Amino acid sequence: MADNSKTIGQLTCPVPLPTHDRVLLGHGSGGKLTAELIRNIFLPTFDNPVLARLDDQAILNWNGSRLAFTTDSFVVQPLFFPGGDIGSLSVYGTVNDLAMGGALPLYLSAAFILEEGLPMETLERVVHSLHGAATYAGVQVVTGDTKVVERGSGDGLFITTTGLGIVPEGIHLSADQARPGDRLLLSGSLGEHGIAILAEREGLEFEGEVRSDSAPLHSLVAAMLATTRAIHCLRDPTRGGLSSALNEIAAQSQVGMVIDERAIPVREEVKGACELLGLDPLYVANEGKLVAVVAPEVAEELLAAVRSHPLGHAAQIIGSVTDSHPGLVTLRTALGTSRIVDMLAGDQLPRIC
Amino acid sequence: MCLAVPGKVQQVVETALGFRVAKVEFSGITRTVRLDFVPEAQAGDYVMVHVGFAISRVDAEQAARTYQLLAEMGLLEEEGLGPQREPKELTELPP
Amino acid sequence: MKYVDEYRDAHLARALATEIARRVTRPWVLMEICGGQTHTLVRHGIDELLPPEIELVHGPGCPVCVTPLETVDQAITLAARPQCTLVSYGDMLRVPGSTTDLFHVKAAGGDVRIVYSPLEALRIARAQPQREVIFFGIGFETTAPANAMTVWQARQDGLQNYSLLASHVLVPPAIRLLLSSPLNRVQGFIAPGHVCTVMGCREYEALSRDFRVPIVVGGFEPLDLLEAINLLVAQLEEGRAEVENQYVRSVRYEGNLRAQELMEEVFEVCDRKWRGLGMIPRSGLRLRPAFAAFDAEKKFNLANQQVEEPAECISAAVLRGLKKPPACTAFGRRCTPETPLGAPMVSAEGACAAYYRYRRPV
Repeated sequence: MADNSKTIGQLTCPVPLPTHDRVLLGHGSGGKLTAELIRNIFLPTFDNPVLARLDDQAILNWNGSRLAFTTDSFVVQPLFFPGGDIGSLSVYGTVNDLAMGGALPLYLSAAFILEEGLPMETLERVVHSLHGAATYAGVQVVTGDTKVVERGSGDGLFITTTGLGIVPEGIHLSADQARPGDRLLLSGSLGEHGIAILAEREGLEFEGEVRSDSAPLHSLVAAMLATTRAIHCLRDPTRGGLSSALNEIAAQSQVGMVIDERAIPVREEVKGACELLGLDPLYVANEGKLVAVVAPEVAEELLAAVRSHPLGHAAQIIGSVTDSHPGLVTLRTALGTSRIVDMLAGDQLPRIC
Repeated sequence: MCLAVPGKVQQVVETALGFRVAKVEFSGITRTVRLDFVPEAQAGDYVMVHVGFAISRVDAEQAARTYQLLAEMGLLEEEGLGPQREPKELTELPP
Repeated sequence: MKYVDEYRDAHLARALATEIARRVTRPWVLMEICGGQTHTLVRHGIDELLPPEIELVHGPGCPVCVTPLETVDQAITLAARPQCTLVSYGDMLRVPGSTTDLFHVKAAGGDVRIVYSPLEALRIARAQPQREVIFFGIGFETTAPANAMTVWQARQDGLQNYSLLASHVLVPPAIRLLLSSPLNRVQGFIAPGHVCTVMGCREYEALSRDFRVPIVVGGFEPLDLLEAINLLVAQLEEGRAEVENQYVRSVRYEGNLRAQELMEEVFEVCDRKWRGLGMIPRSGLRLRPAFAAFDAEKKFNLANQQVEEPAECISAAVLRGLKKPPACTAFGRRCTPETPLGAPMVSAEGACAAYYRYRRPV
């Protein structure tokens, strides 16, 4: 025992690991590792001002019009889940990226990577669903591609969709436009998509089903822009959750943010699943929600408009933009204390502690 | 250590292999939980669940009693009763 | 969620904080032992509610943090073997070993699976009879019964391909070590409520008596911790040193006897090295000889090397409650959750990670 007490105060720690020499799963999580990959490899290589804005879509000036252009890959497992499937997800995900730029989505391409041995019936189901989603969203799939990889090289099916849209005159939405005093408006409750997926994977049974909230948001966005143009930025909090979306905007605009825990809507089943799995709803993916950074004088009016849209009935003003602590997002807890909402490093790991 | 979550036992089942398990409900989610360590749990009881096993039966009466004491203390504080000393300056609770 | 939500009530939290503020007449240093309690304290900003006289230091209650380097290396060795499937809780995947971590092993092709329960590891073993399935069983006494049950069941079923890489640690010996040190500043302890749910309160009486220190068995929600702190402060102000149970809804004095019986049948107490604290005699659990066939260390002849940890991060001092994470020169700079130098930064329950994620703006 005496020997042990002598070791107290002795500093011990392992040698730091070399920086990642391989791609990890965490690099795809939408958190800090993803940001690191983008910052270290993609940005410096492609090096252009449009990419550097790091918005969900690229807005390009072309012959007097402004085109919105975006691409997204869908690797979700399982392929089918309550509330959607990889097909519908691949349409709505890309449509939403366009919509976050204020664009009217027009055309999609769809590239499929299929694993050898995938049942044809599965492929048909997915394609059918993709088509249904495109029709519902009012876009056309005008071009595509198909590749097959050897058995064992892919999770059955991957889809990449690229979207094209037109941004109407006078609409300028971008992550670098948040200003101190702006309000943060969240269109509905958090965590449904991520929990629906996890529930399907982990075999969680819900009494009331938790369905993915996957939905096209462009009509909601159009309704919002019709109410007011004083919207500075729109983001859909997909992978990495609300935390990633807000942290990205805070970083791009170099502003701080304060959100109120009690204002953030989370359904009971999602809360329960998060408690069970040791997850935090702020970091769970959403596929049918948006967060808007808006000028304070229009916030209430906009909230009313969003609430009257079917996809926005649970909308709340959840916080505001501040000039203190630029780049940091903080949360006022239900107890009235405050803490930082940090961006996740990699994937959120389920806790047992 | 340890994430253990309270859930309500809905149904107790003896499996084919002789294990006692329960369907436990957590805020609208049901999971199958092993009752090896809390075999006396009945439908309607709450249990603390850790990594798929119940580790204790929640003592509802004790919990209610101690919570009641807490709530009464809360009321006393609100009414300004209790030992005399200036409470710490806390930021105002919003409405 | 019943038995959760009502223990997060803001008004009652304030009331408890006020009561604590009224009681204190001088500074007190308190330690919560369990990582889950640290998580709650930091996530809800509870230290903000407490009067300045109360200093909370975080103890070595994160089993992820205290898993010895050698054991992490053993897990990594196994995970990298072609016929092996290493099954683990998520927390362990980012903990650095000597040269790499399980996440990197997974990226390089190792079969590493994340589960929420050791029962899933058993299922995997049954589903893949041609692969060796090893469950990386870390944890305090809370998790030992579940691990014991899988080993017991595996033996019952004659399962050939399942084994446990066990790294169980016991809380009371660690507290005894801390209290024995001349550098110890902790005057009152919040004992881990779920460990005590299994083990009961008896072991803490000897500690309380031998060192004249109050110990309150506490739960994991904000009101639990505030109530536990209130009880500790009352004892300290009144000069008492007893064991009290705040977490009555889950903890019985004798603990869970069935769980203890199974642990006794499957495990035996052994000496254990704690990362950051060194060897603590009779502070760990290992499988008994009767279960040797399920002991991964024996089954796979894992060399038990002594690995030296070069000095840089101060996780030792943090785990003993001697220093706060921000005191470390590497904190937030070279050592962050993405590039952790030590286990307390990796584990979601580690004090360093908690501070990093939830720290208040300067």
